[in-house]
Amino acid sequence: MNKGILVYAEVNKSNYVQPVFFELVSEAQKLSQKLDNTPIMALIITKPGNSKKFNEGFEKFGVDKVFVVEDDKLENYTTEFYAKAALDAISKIKPEIILIGATNQGRDLAPRIASVLHAGLTADCIELDITENGKLAATRPTFGGQLMATILSKSEIQMATVRQGVFKPMEKDTPKITEYIYIKPEIYGMYERVKILNFIKNIDIERNKLLDAKIIVAGGKGMKNPQGFGMLQTLADKLNAEVGATRGAVEMGLAPQSMQIGQTGLTVSPKIYIACGISGAIQHIVGMQNSDKIFAINIDKESPIFEHCDYGIVGDVFEVIPRLINML
Amino acid sequence: MKILVCIKQVPDTTDIRWTENNTIQRDGLESVINPFDIYAIEEALKIKKTRKNVTITVLSMGPNQATEALKKAIALGCDDGVLLCDKKFAGADTYATSKTISSAIRHYFSDFNLIICGQFATDGDTAQTGPSIAAKLDIPQITYVKEIVDSNEFYVTARRELEEGMETVQAKLPALVCILKGDYEPSRPTINGIKRAQNSKIRILTLSDILLDPDEVGLKGSPTYVSKAFRMIKKHRCEFIDLKDIPAKIREVTNTYE
Repeated sequence: MNKGILVYAEVNKSNYVQPVFFELVSEAQKLSQKLDNTPIMALIITKPGNSKKFNEGFEKFGVDKVFVVEDDKLENYTTEFYAKAALDAISKIKPEIILIGATNQGRDLAPRIASVLHAGLTADCIELDITENGKLAATRPTFGGQLMATILSKSEIQMATVRQGVFKPMEKDTPKITEYIYIKPEIYGMYERVKILNFIKNIDIERNKLLDAKIIVAGGKGMKNPQGFGMLQTLADKLNAEVGATRGAVEMGLAPQSMQIGQTGLTVSPKIYIACGISGAIQHIVGMQNSDKIFAINIDKESPIFEHCDYGIVGDVFEVIPRLINML
Repeated sequence: MKILVCIKQVPDTTDIRWTENNTIQRDGLESVINPFDIYAIEEALKIKKTRKNVTITVLSMGPNQATEALKKAIALGCDDGVLLCDKKFAGADTYATSKTISSAIRHYFSDFNLIICGQFATDGDTAQTGPSIAAKLDIPQITYVKEIVDSNEFYVTARRELEEGMETVQAKLPALVCILKGDYEPSRPTINGIKRAQNSKIRILTLSDILLDPDEVGLKGSPTYVSKAFRMIKKHRCEFIDLKDIPAKIREVTNTYE
């Protein structure tokens, strides 16, 4: 019988473990309680000697065992080498559940290995639970977020990917005494069929500020023009907040893609979310509904955004927001 | 050079209606080619325009009506269409779908050089079928591709758009590429294309053609299943307030963490 929850610790190009890993480990702790405290394990794949610098994080978040696969050939992520390294490790670990961050790398790697493992894989989950029979119940939005589906797996290994920001990272009160197990991957005979020719880093490779913001002021198509978004920035400055946008606003060129909140963008959970000129398409709602308090300003009282907020203000954003700025 | 483009016909998710039982009203739902797959077709056509002797076969799995999507692809300039169509394929998850498609490719199109898929489908949004096909065929994959920079029978060079930046990679063929939406308007079918599409015959492959067992496909062959589907639970309840009350309501929250 397979045992334990394995969480993939993705080392990104800036050489730190993706924050989603710590969020997933924290959620795995809850799942473990419903599975007779099954062990929480991590898998890290990287260049030789690199994993040690992350040990403190593993211990703080209560990881029981870390499986380390290090090799010169694993300095940069390439699908086939990493998939082989992960599969070699998984065949030794034999976990019952594998959780992977729904990052570019995670969503490249997860289906590749699930396909070989004949494992059920549920993408981009927003809720994880354990059924009475001890199975992973993974809930995800489908049909552009209009429908939620809870998915179970018949396979021995059950896999899920989860986006950053869905779960909250929670450190343990006392660090774990973590066990480290080194695994040698069988990749010597392999040769790389995909070569990285170049990589141009985005200027802002820091963790997106929206993910840590206490307050977010977000604009939709109703903000109409760059002046509208300028106004949101003024409001955000007053509140010490960050500015976000809907897909519609991004598609209109009012805001960059990095500011997009929703199913195809970021999932955020600030204390206060102020939705301005946002109609409330479900695909946006799934990315912000975990905010503590949601304020919505919209001219149309029938707008769906008012079904997903705590405080509604019916009015023209171009009148309401300047007045609000003056009041703060 | 032989290119296979995998496309999916999806319901137009911008126009979802609900039944009384909170299930999606599928009758009368407009079907379209998955918007990401349109760009997969575009990238294949770009290669066809710049190189000689390129043929593009479009492959789909779905009900009979998916032939419309394949004909549209032909109207856009693809050479021929193949539909994997069998009642036993129904209910397939990404694992079973990729098994079905890869088996068809292995038996009928093993001379392919390049497979192009859309990165996501707008209905399921899993981004899993492409990499899963690549795994089953044991070929390299390049996901999150914004643009195919160049390709011939031996390699493909592609620019990937990732969270941390832009990466350009080169893969030895045969390989599979997953395409993001492009920043351009996709082309429209030409009159000649439409005529060609009307006269074209879509090849249909059934379960017995692709040499798989009934329990390897469809719902039976899927390691996952939907245990329940429901409308999103609303997490907030709206109280309408006046503009003048906003600052106090904000302070109520900020006082809790400051």
